[in-house]
Amino acid sequence: MKNKLFEKYFVFSPYFWLVLFFFIPLAIIFKISISVSEWGMPPYQDIFLFDNGFKINTTFENYVYIFSDYYYIGSFVNSLILALISTFFCLLIGFPLAFYIATSNIRLRNILLVLVVIPFWSSFLLRVYAWKIILQNNGILNVILLNLGITSEPLQLLYNQYAVIMGIVYTYLPLMILPLYGYLNKFDLNLIEASKDLGLNRIKTFFKVILPLSVPGIVAGSLLVFIPVVGEFIIPEMLGGSDRLYYGKILWEEFFVNRNWPGASALAFSGIIILVLPIVIFQILYSRWSEKNEI
Amino acid sequence: MKSSLIKSTVIFLGLFFLYFPILVLIFYSFNENKRVMVWKGFSLRWYNELFNNEQIIEAFIISIKIAALSATFATILGVMIGYSLVRIRKIPFKSFYIFLSSTPLVLPELILGLSMLLFFISLNNVIGFPSSRGQLTIFISHVTFCIAFVAIIIQARLTDFNKNIEEAAMDLGYNYTKVLYKITLPIILPSIIAGWLLAFTISLDDLVVASFTTGPGANTLPIVVFSKVRLGLSPEVNALSAILMFALIIIGLFYFYFNKKFKH
Repeated sequence: MKNKLFEKYFVFSPYFWLVLFFFIPLAIIFKISISVSEWGMPPYQDIFLFDNGFKINTTFENYVYIFSDYYYIGSFVNSLILALISTFFCLLIGFPLAFYIATSNIRLRNILLVLVVIPFWSSFLLRVYAWKIILQNNGILNVILLNLGITSEPLQLLYNQYAVIMGIVYTYLPLMILPLYGYLNKFDLNLIEASKDLGLNRIKTFFKVILPLSVPGIVAGSLLVFIPVVGEFIIPEMLGGSDRLYYGKILWEEFFVNRNWPGASALAFSGIIILVLPIVIFQILYSRWSEKNEI
Repeated sequence: MKSSLIKSTVIFLGLFFLYFPILVLIFYSFNENKRVMVWKGFSLRWYNELFNNEQIIEAFIISIKIAALSATFATILGVMIGYSLVRIRKIPFKSFYIFLSSTPLVLPELILGLSMLLFFISLNNVIGFPSSRGQLTIFISHVTFCIAFVAIIIQARLTDFNKNIEEAAMDLGYNYTKVLYKITLPIILPSIIAGWLLAFTISLDDLVVASFTTGPGANTLPIVVFSKVRLGLSPEVNALSAILMFALIIIGLFYFYFNKKFKH
């Protein structure tokens, strides 16, 4: 009897908190996204009206408004492309690093792993700011390029999409390396030797043995980078210019500048549906699949 | 021989890439010049100005306070979730429970921040509370999205550990609560500390959610720093960066120390 009470307490305290402060806020976003907007405070009408009998007052206009305007769709697409490119580069840099760390001897391995992840603990905002210093017109990178004679005048490195990609790859790299390392660490290095003994060359060994075995790590790392990057606001704001608009910026401005709460909510809710839902479903399917195949 | 050369080169370049920006930041924090990029000589001038900058000091104290409180609440609730998911069989609507405790990990901060702000505004319209946003609303939001991080650490730890110890204690006459407080919690204590440190750092570092849920008298450190460097550079922020990075890296090392313990 006492155990039951105790279990209930453990299950329901966080349950209560998360329903109240996580689920209900998400529901409110949905509610406001289907409300009719109007001038005033708050800038939308109630979805239930009681003045002339009961009436439900909802609209999908906010969604139509967003999905028929290139300004919004374009920025969505920009963000997805940005996330795709950044994830690719994180993988390109992260994979060899994770692989070589995983194949080091055990003492070195732990030290290297800590060294790779420690920058992730230092402030996110300040690491982005550091790139602002490096990429300045009279910053360290331009000084090096000038001295090497690669360019005759300082390049405009800051405030464009390349600076944004640079900043993202830098800040999100540890998120890619950790899961990759987790999986690479598990597999038996003798497999590589075996494949070499069986006559496969390095390239074939990589594509036939190493890569297939690291698929779960690649998937996990890519998701950890891809999803937050789509919603990234700080990095484009600090390092980006006006050449590309991204989802995060549009959402921010729709709410704080245009004061269009229903529009901003519709943007946010579309973001959840387009981004988070497929990934949650994918993860559930994937974990079932890997359980079945015992990976 | 050739492959070990490639290996060292890759690792060296990787680490260089990760640490170079941090070193640049620390280097420029000692620049005497007000114009950040023009080197004038070594000086501690900006550290001095930093410690006399009341706005930054105040923001720092607010941030530490919110981070410590929200990490503590998030740890308590996160431990409960981790424990429930591994040890308690009957959880009503379990997949909903899992959804609630893991989605904050993947949801973009911007969406989370917006939903919290609209929630607080709606709540105020309905029950007249919270009448204005500030430290309390940031605290609630931070607890909400830090819970998931703690829960995942605790869940991993509990899945790992040998249930026989708990069962043996039960056989010896300990009741459920006593097993928890005398056996389970002490064993997973390092992971609990690691979870607290992670939550503390996440809260201390958060800009986006705090920007949405802040109000009068609740400018946290990232909010102040962001307003200073959004459009340019600030020598005071350079000095702050050097100190903060150093402190956070130490916290990170502690995290590894505590989290490593559970692997054995």
